[in-house]
Amino acid sequence: MATAGSADERYDITRRSSGLGRRRLTEQAFAALGVASAVVAVGILGLVLGTVLYKGFSQLSLSFFTKPRPLFGESGGIADALVGSALIVGMCMAMAIPFAVLVAVYMSEYAGPRFSRILRVVLDILNGVPAIVVGIFVFGLLVVGRGQSAIFGALSLAVLMLPMVARATQEVLEVIPRSLREASLALGVTRWRTTVSIVLPSAIGGILTGVVIAVARVAGETAPLLFTSSIAANQISGDVTNALPTLPVAIFAFSESPDPGEQAAGWAAALVLIGFVLVMNILAKVFAANRRKRLEGA
Amino acid sequence: MTTPEIDRTRLGALAEPASGDGRGDDVVFDVRDLSVSYSGNVALKDATLQVRENYVTAFIGPSGCGKSTFIRVFNRMNDLIDGARVEGTVLYHDRDLYGDGVDPVEVRRRIGMVFQKPNPFPKSIYDNIAFGPRVLGMKKGLDERVERALQSAALWDEVKDRLKENALGLSGGQQQRLCIARAIAVEPDVILMDEPASALDPISTSRIEDLIHDLKRSYTIVIVTHNMQQAARVADMTAFFSVEVRDDGGRHGVLVEYDRTTKIFTNPSDRRTEDYVTGRFG
Ligand SMILES: Nc1ncnc2c1ncn2[C@@H]1O[C@H](COP(=O)(O)OP(=O)(O)OP(=O)(O)O)[C@@H](O)[C@H]1O
Ligand SMILES: [Mg+2]
Repeated sequence: MATAGSADERYDITRRSSGLGRRRLTEQAFAALGVASAVVAVGILGLVLGTVLYKGFSQLSLSFFTKPRPLFGESGGIADALVGSALIVGMCMAMAIPFAVLVAVYMSEYAGPRFSRILRVVLDILNGVPAIVVGIFVFGLLVVGRGQSAIFGALSLAVLMLPMVARATQEVLEVIPRSLREASLALGVTRWRTTVSIVLPSAIGGILTGVVIAVARVAGETAPLLFTSSIAANQISGDVTNALPTLPVAIFAFSESPDPGEQAAGWAAALVLIGFVLVMNILAKVFAANRRKRLEGA
Repeated sequence: MTTPEIDRTRLGALAEPASGDGRGDDVVFDVRDLSVSYSGNVALKDATLQVRENYVTAFIGPSGCGKSTFIRVFNRMNDLIDGARVEGTVLYHDRDLYGDGVDPVEVRRRIGMVFQKPNPFPKSIYDNIAFGPRVLGMKKGLDERVERALQSAALWDEVKDRLKENALGLSGGQQQRLCIARAIAVEPDVILMDEPASALDPISTSRIEDLIHDLKRSYTIVIVTHNMQQAARVADMTAFFSVEVRDDGGRHGVLVEYDRTTKIFTNPSDRRTEDYVTGRFG
């Protein structure tokens, strides 16, 4: 031992060494800072939820969900926007998900490490393209000359969804153990069959998590829809070749209205949208938990 | 140059089969001057040996000597590794395993593999076994096939009432026997096992060894093991590998000696083998 002294002194753990006081203080300051930041983060979410709930909740009623937006003054609802949003998000999913999963499968199962890295960067850049840029792109490419349509709206949302789902899927595929693929390949099973029957089913929980989060994101996107599907009649319609009303655009329009009743309806619509996002996020957690259970075999 | 001929004879081209019970009459794998490298780094150099039919052939040797690398040559598993390169000749029943027009997928359905860590699919016990036969079009009598495979792997009695349960709920030893059953279910010709018992407790290990004894009646088995007693217990033939350090400082695996297991363990010809099997190896 370097320090001399009796055993009593050496093993006396109640004695404080020099500098301990300062180290303790720094430690406590850091902890306090962390707690404060966490409180602020939770507070912001609470404030947003609280405000929307406070301003919008009283407007909610069954007819709010079943009636379309009123033409003038009379009380109405957002049924037209809900149907439009559902159709557009549905079409968006149909366009984006298969494509995204294929890209992810290609990256993790077929492409070499270098090309896979390049693709990853490309997807990340695409993911960072602002929604309004995607909107004006689809507008310039398709809407000009043809007019707005829900299909174009869905397409612009799909451009936003593709990199999110592709990256989420690719990340899940990456953590599927190599040994699982080898087990299948060693049976004389082809690579694509291994992917379809072993790898993707093992990853399904993670893929769904990514999809659900992406859906929650694009369902609230407004900018691309302003370009592609905003000039619509206030009636429930399934004609996707024309512009359809949607929830985010409705919130925008309601809030612009001079009529206080409509403004209140805007808050209520916002509440519906936020509620949807919350439900989707809880769903994502459920899928993620399921997936862990599957892979760990409980 | 001195006498490679003598080496040849010692390295497995035995004059007469060892068992006397009809096993070992035919050669399943005839490997000549096999070298494997990963991205230019030689892992195994100039290995020559013959694997005989219905024999259990054990690969032993210190870590990193290329045992896994070698065994993965037999089912072309190394094809899946970027940068892996196989040189030399590997004949499977006199056909070039690496010849043009040989599809690795076809190779693997005839030459099954059991891995070091049990790797059941996250599916039911039944589906784990049925997956291979289903995909490979052996759909007739699937239930019987699953039962037979599980019986051959000495697992049937333990799982017959829970076939629908997730295989990941089985113990490690049961999972490994499930993996053996899975390999058997597609009726391979050869079963490769890379340290199949190294992750298991002694009781599970001895069950796997008993199983290997039963399986060699129907299959040719090549097994990698770190456990010399295990090699001595299960194998007819044993190949001892070692690591050689080159002048440039690089290291690669070499096949030092290949002979009947009894000979390897009681009267090896090479000093390095003797040091290893007597535990003097550092
Ligand atoms: N996928 C790979 N890529 C690059 N090098 C590898 C790869 N697999 C093995 N090697 C190298 O090849 C050599 C032989 O490895 P191998 O796994 O065949 O040894 P082993 O005898 O099975 O060892 P162990 O007893 O530890 O399993 C080692 O130097 C190892 O680093
Ligand atoms: Mg190994």
